[in-house]
Amino acid sequence: MSPPLLQVNDLKKHFPVKSGLFGRKSEFVYAVDGVSFEIARGETLSLVGESGCGKSTVGRAILRLFDITAGQVILDGQRIDDAHPGTMRQMRRRVQVVFQDPFSSLNPRMRVRDILAEPIRNFGLAKSAEDLEVRVTSLMDTVRLPREALNRRPHEFSGGQRQRIGIARALAAEPELIVCDEAVSALDVSVKAQIVNLLQDLQSEFGLALLFISHDLAIVEHMTHRVAVMYLGKIVEIAPRREIFAAPRHPYTRALLSAVPLPEPGAQRNPIILKGDVPSPINPPKGCRFHTRCPLVFDRCRVEEPVLRATGTEQWVACHLEDGAVATSG
Amino acid sequence: MTDTTVNPQALPAGLVLAPQLPEILRPVTIRRGFIGFLRGHPTVAIGGALLLALVLIAIFAPYLWTVDPTALAPAKRTRAPSADFWFGTDVLGRDIYSRVLFGARVSLTVGLSVAIFASVAGLAIGMVSGFIRWADGILMRFMDGLMSIPPILLAIALMALTRGSVGNVILAITVAEIPRVSRLVRSVVLSLREQPYVDAAVACGTRTPMIILRHILPNTLAPMLVQATYICASAMITEAILSFIGAGTPPTIPSWGNIMAEGRALWQVKPYIVFFPAAFLSVTVLAVNLLGDGLRDALDPRMAKRL
Repeated sequence: MSPPLLQVNDLKKHFPVKSGLFGRKSEFVYAVDGVSFEIARGETLSLVGESGCGKSTVGRAILRLFDITAGQVILDGQRIDDAHPGTMRQMRRRVQVVFQDPFSSLNPRMRVRDILAEPIRNFGLAKSAEDLEVRVTSLMDTVRLPREALNRRPHEFSGGQRQRIGIARALAAEPELIVCDEAVSALDVSVKAQIVNLLQDLQSEFGLALLFISHDLAIVEHMTHRVAVMYLGKIVEIAPRREIFAAPRHPYTRALLSAVPLPEPGAQRNPIILKGDVPSPINPPKGCRFHTRCPLVFDRCRVEEPVLRATGTEQWVACHLEDGAVATSG
Repeated sequence: MTDTTVNPQALPAGLVLAPQLPEILRPVTIRRGFIGFLRGHPTVAIGGALLLALVLIAIFAPYLWTVDPTALAPAKRTRAPSADFWFGTDVLGRDIYSRVLFGARVSLTVGLSVAIFASVAGLAIGMVSGFIRWADGILMRFMDGLMSIPPILLAIALMALTRGSVGNVILAITVAEIPRVSRLVRSVVLSLREQPYVDAAVACGTRTPMIILRHILPNTLAPMLVQATYICASAMITEAILSFIGAGTPPTIPSWGNIMAEGRALWQVKPYIVFFPAAFLSVTVLAVNLLGDGLRDALDPRMAKRL
């Protein structure tokens, strides 16, 4: 069995919080605190969770937009979290990104042609000027934008069209993995569906792996292979789509899923309403990080941090309730 | 606006058709080219035209019926404006019209040079402190220090260290203006660095120098240009102040500041000596400020004209 395309081992990213007169670094935001997962070639892994749980930080760490605090990011058997700038530049080609905001993710002063040519030139993918032109026009065909649009600037496009340009830029580098950081969250429902379908088509066409970071569970259910649920910088449950949506194990996953509206009038789901707010990632709770809001909390949760335990063939849950003999059940 | 017309008979009972709303928004016409831009932004057009006129006056001063601005004529001292001496003569009998026109050269040279030098230096310092974190603290504390001294005092102090010449005046005012520009550039760079398109460029393998050149610099130019016009205006005023108190342009070179200084003692009996250079200074500063305000509105869509 070949190694997975991407392997993330115990990834940690702590951001220093500057305080005091001379900016002494006294506190840290534990944005991501020990996250591990794998993505196979051609697979979609969705990272879900509420705002501020660290899912975007995971994506940015994989792109190496900053140095991580601890852990490993391994792309195709090669560590990229500590790679030298020269090696890193070559590795960057294989992981690309599509951002949430279609308005700020394209430089307003560049023509679409130059935006798409940037990665092609950087990675030396085009052999000649003609080859560059062929690549750029075929990218426009791939994302179903008119070729005439190449000479326009981003402000002349709608949100959905801009997101297509962003996808074309990511594809220009011929990547193996695309990190979609809330890539469809800012779009209208109809446009959202178009972009999701486009991503799925591209995935099957180029064998792309996708790390789909989202808080929109309806979209995730539509397109993903596996789902990882994050809470306060940790993965609480990771499982294939069917298991997550049919038989969620972690109380947080259940609460999250119960909040998804049903597309049928009058349908009721009895949402599990969590009490209180998400605790601060500067000072996360001891024990299980979810214990302050968990409806099924018991003594052990307050002292001991649960590890991810296999509960099914491909399902892992970080909850003490899954530790064999436990009285309560949800 | 839709052109759908509703047949009143087709409406269900109890519903009335809403009256046609008056047209409050003028139809948008797309203006193209330089002329179109000026028509869309009259402030830029007026400010630019005034400034252009003053620049032309400064350049062609020798051909605009002027005499040697330093020629003394003791017999014709303090004449009132007349057909011979349009703006009158000063205490030494020099023609004020000629002096004011030649004085425009000093003011505009100082204004434009300071704007250019301060922008370039401020851009460099702002870029460095926006990009290199450890240099940021040192540079910005130094700039804070400079900013804590009023620009005029700083310029006077610097002039006290050197001989009075136009070059030294430019240098002194530039040093005083640099902190403001570098603060502005730094803040713009810091906000641009957080833009997703910069992250995307990093992910695309673009090297840092290219990121600065292609993604950061072009997007700092618009606020820079606006700031440069304000610096130009304030530099002209500072130059006039320095010359007025005798710390600026040497008295051998006519400048609006030293013409006013020489007329100061007589201003109650011969007000025209002070009036003409002061009027020119005000109009020039107004022109530059109008241009700056217009450019700010034109370049920043968030400041777009309100109804």
